[in-house]
Amino acid sequence: MGELRLMKGNEALAEAAIRAGMDAYFGYPITPQSEVLEYLTREAYKRTQCTILQAESEIASINMIYGASGAGARVMTSSSSPGISLMQEGISYIAGAELPCLLVNINRGGPGLGTIQPSQGDYFQSVKGGGHGDYRLIVLAPATVQEMADFVQDGWELAEKYRNPVMILSDGALGQMMEKVELREQIDRSKHVIPEWATTGKKKDRERNFITSLFIQPEEMEQVNLQLQAKYKTIVENEIRVQEVQTDDADFVIVAYGLSARIGRKVMELLRADGIKVGLIRPITLWPYPYETVSRAAERVKGFLSLELNAGQMVEDVRLAVNGRCPVEHYGRMGGIIPSPDEVADVIREMYSKIQ
Amino acid sequence: MQEIEHHYEDMDIVCERPTALLDKRMHYCPGCGHGVAHRIIMEAVEELGIQENTIGVAPVGCSVFAYHYMNVDMQEAAHGRATAVATGIKRCRPDKYVFTYQGDGDLAAIGTGETIHTVNRGENVLIVFINNAIYGMTGGQMAPTTLLEQKTSTTPYGREAPFMGNPLKITELLAQLPGAFYVTRQAVNTPLHVRRAKKAIVNGFKWQALNKGTCFVEIVSNCPTNWGMKPVESNKWLEEHMLPFYPLGDMKVPSKEELENG
Amino acid sequence: MAKIRGDIKVDIEKCKGCELCVVSCPQNALALSDGINKQGYHYAVLIEDVCTGCTNCSLVCPDAVITVYREDRKTGKKKPVAELRNVTGDIKIEVGAEEEEGN
Repeated sequence: MGELRLMKGNEALAEAAIRAGMDAYFGYPITPQSEVLEYLTREAYKRTQCTILQAESEIASINMIYGASGAGARVMTSSSSPGISLMQEGISYIAGAELPCLLVNINRGGPGLGTIQPSQGDYFQSVKGGGHGDYRLIVLAPATVQEMADFVQDGWELAEKYRNPVMILSDGALGQMMEKVELREQIDRSKHVIPEWATTGKKKDRERNFITSLFIQPEEMEQVNLQLQAKYKTIVENEIRVQEVQTDDADFVIVAYGLSARIGRKVMELLRADGIKVGLIRPITLWPYPYETVSRAAERVKGFLSLELNAGQMVEDVRLAVNGRCPVEHYGRMGGIIPSPDEVADVIREMYSKIQ
Repeated sequence: MQEIEHHYEDMDIVCERPTALLDKRMHYCPGCGHGVAHRIIMEAVEELGIQENTIGVAPVGCSVFAYHYMNVDMQEAAHGRATAVATGIKRCRPDKYVFTYQGDGDLAAIGTGETIHTVNRGENVLIVFINNAIYGMTGGQMAPTTLLEQKTSTTPYGREAPFMGNPLKITELLAQLPGAFYVTRQAVNTPLHVRRAKKAIVNGFKWQALNKGTCFVEIVSNCPTNWGMKPVESNKWLEEHMLPFYPLGDMKVPSKEELENG
Repeated sequence: MAKIRGDIKVDIEKCKGCELCVVSCPQNALALSDGINKQGYHYAVLIEDVCTGCTNCSLVCPDAVITVYREDRKTGKKKPVAELRNVTGDIKIEVGAEEEEGN
């Protein structure tokens, strides 16, 4: 058993990054994720001599990530919604150049400057693109402080396996929440294998390496895109993660990720006490999305509720999976308001009474 | 025309294409200074014996394909972000020689923030800044360094300060920053200027090993195509119009002590 | 025939005929060809046998297509190429350790 600690989500994530052998972190302060940068500046260098740099902007951060990842380092940046918006150009370049890195979005409410309160309003941005061009991020959605920590190393392993950026999409509540967390062992940074494609200086026995996302010849650009799509297909086939709770006997299913899934679980208990057999599907990877799991459930259940802290984003993917076989509704609050389980239970009771 | 007899085998080569510059025809327009700048950077890398330890960062602009010609490991940055990319590389590979190659639009317009902060942090990288007072790749639009009254495709009646602002002397600005170790402005329009520019680049690389701050070399260059001139005329125009406003010379040089205590 | 002190060789197919070498030659020994290369450019040629191997043409050449040769008349000995090419003086430095990769 690893070391147990009571920690804030943001700090658990930062601690996990140190332990997972992070080589470099570049970031810019923004509420509600500043603890990540603060924790790292306090702890990281003295323990592993890794690079921690407060950049002049999120734009600079993401491009530092590009450079460091291109040089073969294990790198991470974190931010919150407006900052992640600023990074989108760089994320597209990173995806285009096929560089591994870990991006963390501690989602806050928008649009615009919005609010510093938690939100899941960045679902579309995270899973449907965000930046320009046909690319995908692998998106991991933690629902506990434990997962905030665990998904760091898992994320890097996925990123390095597929040479693809990975995003941890969390939110302000999980970032600030304190829970028990079991930490993994420290990984020795010096044992990292530097990938052969990295720009580390052209040795005599190899051609020069260059990192680019520019392919000006149409045929070449199409080939690069086809290769990316083939890679994404492999990821879809192998990396979907989803948690199902009491869906076996369920008549109705709540689909929710991250913080919403915690509420969903409570709602499920309340309704089961009333005799309504509710199950929960919690997508852990938001891309690749567990369409199959939702689709299988649609064979048996009478309806779905997509519970999200937004105006209805993931509900589109639930509807795609259900494909008209039964009603799919969305319920969500915005502006940083987190719905109470009773409130959601009422919504389902109402919906359930109509589809009986 | 006189028929010349060649006796190459009896002579020494005194100047040739550096092997660090790949043997390809470059895509630049005839007479473009980018080619000279590419060559002298690669000559410096070759002569310093640092080809295996050099990582370059290419910009967005005409020199976006610099990595097609320079035979060193390179990364292609987003527009304006070359110095941030270089920071990321250098921080993770501190014993490598890292340089950026950027035009005026890239470095002094869209990338001004990254440029200033990189120099202000004193990142131990070499920044090579090609100033030809125009956007080449996109078809000759106004650059931050476009001279007053200069005509471009977006200043068809000449640049006027009240509407388009003044030409930006970013090199002078950067020389004020404590993080800058060596700041100089050179040109590549004459053999003498090319020699001096190369010396500056050699210094920029060499001094990177001291870990004392950013080396910044501006190279005033031409753009015959978008200036609407023949190459020879463009170099004359550069001499007559660019150099009076962008005077050549060192703006910040390390003291003897700074160099010795490396 | 006068003794040749310098000479040049032009990589004709890469030359773009910009003429910068022509105007930089102190001997006025260069001109553009009458014919054209495969790219359609008139290319640089030595037209007078008066080259001193000064390297001016090569220095300003944007396409790095001119190789300059020189005869060492005083000693008759060949100088090391690296020394001759090293126009900037003493530039050898120690570079970082070959392998640091552990970062």
